Amino acid sequence: MYAFEIERPSTIADAVAALQAEDAQALSGGQTLIPTLKARLAMPSALISLSGIGEMQGLCMSDDGALCIGGGTTHATVASEAAAHYPALAAMASHIGDPAVRNRGTIGGSLANNDPSACYPAGALGSGATIITNAREIAADDFFDGMFTTVLDEGELITEVRLPIPQAANYQKFVQPASRFALVGVFVAKYADGVRVAVTGASEEGVFRWSEAEAALSADFSASALDGLSVPADGMIADLHGSAAYRAHLVGVMTGRAVAAAS
Amino acid sequence: MPKDSGIGASSKRREDVRFLTGAGNYTDDINIYGQTYVHFLRADVAHATINAIDTSAAAAMPGVLQVFTGADFEPVGGIPCGWQVTDRHGEPMQEPKHPVIAHGKIRHVGEIVAAVVAESLAEARDAAEEIELNLTELSAVVDMKDAAAGGTKVHDDLTSNVCYDWGFVEENKGAVDEAIKNAAHVTTLELVNNRLVANPMEPRVAVGEYSRADDMHTLHTTSQNPHVIRLLMGAFVLSIPEHKLRVVAPDVGGGFGTKIFHYAEEAFCTFAAKAVNRPVKWTSTRSEAFMSDAHGRDHVTKIELALDADNNFTALRTETYANMGAYLSTFASSVPTWLHGTLMAGNYKTPNIYVNVKAVFTNTVPVDAYRGAGRPEATFQIERVIDMAARELGVDPIALRRQNFVTEFPYATPVAVEYDIGDYEATMAKLEEIADIGGFAARRAESEARGKMRGLGVNCYIEACGIAPSNLVGQLGARAGLYDAATVRVNATGSISVMVGAHSHGQGHETSFPQVISEMIGIPEDQIDIVHGDTSKIPFGMGTYGSRSLAVCGSAMVRAAEKVIDKAKKIAAHLLEASDADIELKDGQFSVAGTDKSVAWGDVTLAAYVPHNYPLEDIEPGLEETAFYDPANFTYPAGAYACEVEVDPETGKVTIERFAAADDFGNVINPMIVSGQVHGGIAQGIGQALMENCSYDENGQLISGSYMDYTMPRADDLPFYDVDHSCQTPCTHNPLGVKGCGEAGAIGSPPSVVNAVIDALQSGGKDVTHIDMPLTPTRVWDAMNNA
Repeated sequence: MYAFEIERPSTIADAVAALQAEDAQALSGGQTLIPTLKARLAMPSALISLSGIGEMQGLCMSDDGALCIGGGTTHATVASEAAAHYPALAAMASHIGDPAVRNRGTIGGSLANNDPSACYPAGALGSGATIITNAREIAADDFFDGMFTTVLDEGELITEVRLPIPQAANYQKFVQPASRFALVGVFVAKYADGVRVAVTGASEEGVFRWSEAEAALSADFSASALDGLSVPADGMIADLHGSAAYRAHLVGVMTGRAVAAAS
Repeated sequence: MPKDSGIGASSKRREDVRFLTGAGNYTDDINIYGQTYVHFLRADVAHATINAIDTSAAAAMPGVLQVFTGADFEPVGGIPCGWQVTDRHGEPMQEPKHPVIAHGKIRHVGEIVAAVVAESLAEARDAAEEIELNLTELSAVVDMKDAAAGGTKVHDDLTSNVCYDWGFVEENKGAVDEAIKNAAHVTTLELVNNRLVANPMEPRVAVGEYSRADDMHTLHTTSQNPHVIRLLMGAFVLSIPEHKLRVVAPDVGGGFGTKIFHYAEEAFCTFAAKAVNRPVKWTSTRSEAFMSDAHGRDHVTKIELALDADNNFTALRTETYANMGAYLSTFASSVPTWLHGTLMAGNYKTPNIYVNVKAVFTNTVPVDAYRGAGRPEATFQIERVIDMAARELGVDPIALRRQNFVTEFPYATPVAVEYDIGDYEATMAKLEEIADIGGFAARRAESEARGKMRGLGVNCYIEACGIAPSNLVGQLGARAGLYDAATVRVNATGSISVMVGAHSHGQGHETSFPQVISEMIGIPEDQIDIVHGDTSKIPFGMGTYGSRSLAVCGSAMVRAAEKVIDKAKKIAAHLLEASDADIELKDGQFSVAGTDKSVAWGDVTLAAYVPHNYPLEDIEPGLEETAFYDPANFTYPAGAYACEVEVDPETGKVTIERFAAADDFGNVINPMIVSGQVHGGIAQGIGQALMENCSYDENGQLISGSYMDYTMPRADDLPFYDVDHSCQTPCTHNPLGVKGCGEAGAIGSPPSVVNAVIDALQSGGKDVTHIDMPLTPTRVWDAMNNA
């Protein structure tokens, strides 16, 4: 990597101020950023570590019953501490990467990076989460803006993620064999006002909602409700590990399995 | 009752204490005062003309000692190839120069274009970014058949991209063609043996040193065979005589063949250490390893198996394209020929066999031996085509194999080798027992009840190990002898150091070799150490590959120990005032036959070094002997493997439910270590069959260049194995009766995995007869849905 300065502020305000410096870059768990630096694919002047910001750590329940997760909370913490409140989300977090990844990687970092094969974008979009930053609140439906892209502004930090607790939910991941990211991952959540189905890994546009499945499942929350439904292969990712048609097929399979496991 | 020491005991691996506690001494652990670091600028295009390289800005960067390009290496030799293959027409293979640093042309992604030596690695990397390359990119040739057909040439000075067109045995071709024409049934299969990256846990490292005081060069390197590196680099590349070049390969974290070869980075660090008069160190990153370690396999084959009306095999004919990559790596040319064609008889008495191999240059990383080296490619073809024939004929695949087994030994195959001994029926019967083949139908029914397709695949294998008789391989084009050597040095108090030419990088020699000496002399194993991996400490050695260490170097060690014992008996005879011929050695005691007179091993060894009462007029003091051993034949480990898989019909995902291996390795020194070798080999075989795939795009870019895309098998991909090596037909021509076990698992496992998947799909009503490895979920799903 190239040489850089590193700062470790203890408040969100200090972090936001530090990020004003030219070419400063926020460092959360670093699970994508550090390999990128090691490959010399980025040259930040300074890394602003978020790991010392206590107000971005941990989980709590809001008065209206949503699970609130600090943006700097690791996957391992979510896996253990969300289990009593939102077991499907905790189970999803417990299968991201390996223990080393889960003990460093954070929910805020994952959402801000919006890797098209990451799990958290599906969890957040499938839960209809609210992404809270130092500047504003953004509905998950408005947050993701295509592969590796979000609506976050330069220097804007995810400080918290609020997830309404569904009546039933499940995440099914069919892993890409080498990386064990999601080749296709589907998060299904049933709320009083309808079912949400969020798909990661599959689309060239990044995480998306499968609206036909949502409508069918809102009417009848059973795997058989998906019979005859499919997503088109157009726009699906095609690579060594799966053709576009295969990914489109897996979206149906994984959605059915998630519904079966959730109900 | 199992023995607790000596031959046949599962002695605990003594080397694991240091490996598991972080006390190993790997090449990257070696740091020398004044050491500098090299960063290699590697090609990011597969094929280009180098018009100019401007290193002036780089040379002026902080910390830089020197920047090297191909021009600096013009006065030295190229990286040599150790085996000259002669083609069907009697002509030598085409052998292009393989420069240490690309000169004039770039021929594969990852090839070294320039090198920066600096005070720190970061400074070297910074400076490398300032090197200006003026390139004219050329179209790349990646597909082997395209390369063979003409068009873009990898080497302008060669007549074509075909390194050789080899026919074996050329004189048999007419008879084979005739037998196929007259056959009752011919099964034809076209298949790919997928390109692999060995991926040892420890990446390659080289540290070059030069001493002006005595004009001595030292190379510390991650090698399976330090003397081979000394020979190749000293004699062919840098013109350094042996006595001025020491090569040290300390603890090495896995080799799998890819650390046999002499690499450009080794020559560079040795050369540059003298040029900058400082030690020069290189540690490969994993990314560099993917594009600079020699790759393995990469064959495309058409195989035809002919049978008579009674299902006896009558002929086998193959046409194989073998990828050499852009240059000939050390043993690249021998892998698809002498390590592949000679094994095409398999375990079967097929009377007519003809093998054609076209070795082809492409704009890819050089391809060379990887665990099994040619023998997995042979086994895969034979065992897949037999399975397909059984299916076409509607006969049981095990019965078809049995019917055609070689049953009488020695057996001279139609492909030039003679199997000294074996019992293929015994390993098949053992396999049926340990794999519980009788219980398969019930297990299939249980899987089907859960909505899964279940398949059983079986295969046999044979390999030629204990490489190799020097006079024979010399006739076949080897440019080296393939004996090995050992020195048994007995110390005054009776403890023993054995200097061996074999190199241990996971095989457990430090444990198993002393077991042999302990058995011969009758002293505890912990009184014996082996020394390996340093040309200044061991007499000579051709190293470890081809499952040869115990069969060849172990035999040399036995011969040296026999000489030691003979001499010790003479000393004992003197001390006991008896005749040499009456002295017996047992349990560390020399005794006079028929009497109660005896003297302990330690008293005799002390006498050898403190020769106060000693027959100095007849024998020299001291107790140290060296032996070189050149094998009379290859050894032929063989066995039978079974795999059971489940296939998910919705996703195409294959899971291995059971895996059984019945091997005949001849005599076994340490059963635990042998089981471990088989386990590791099977893991790599399953990796090849289901996961691993080194893939290039049409421009020669490596698209599986990291673990994000190159799938290594992991513990949760693998089943528990049922392995057995109780079927033992001892090798007839080496003193220990051993055959070698290191590669068997990787050779024997891929066909059974693929056979099992095909069996599963057919049981589920899918008309799929073949899928090329690796059988990833997407490929299996595609095959099911196109069927």
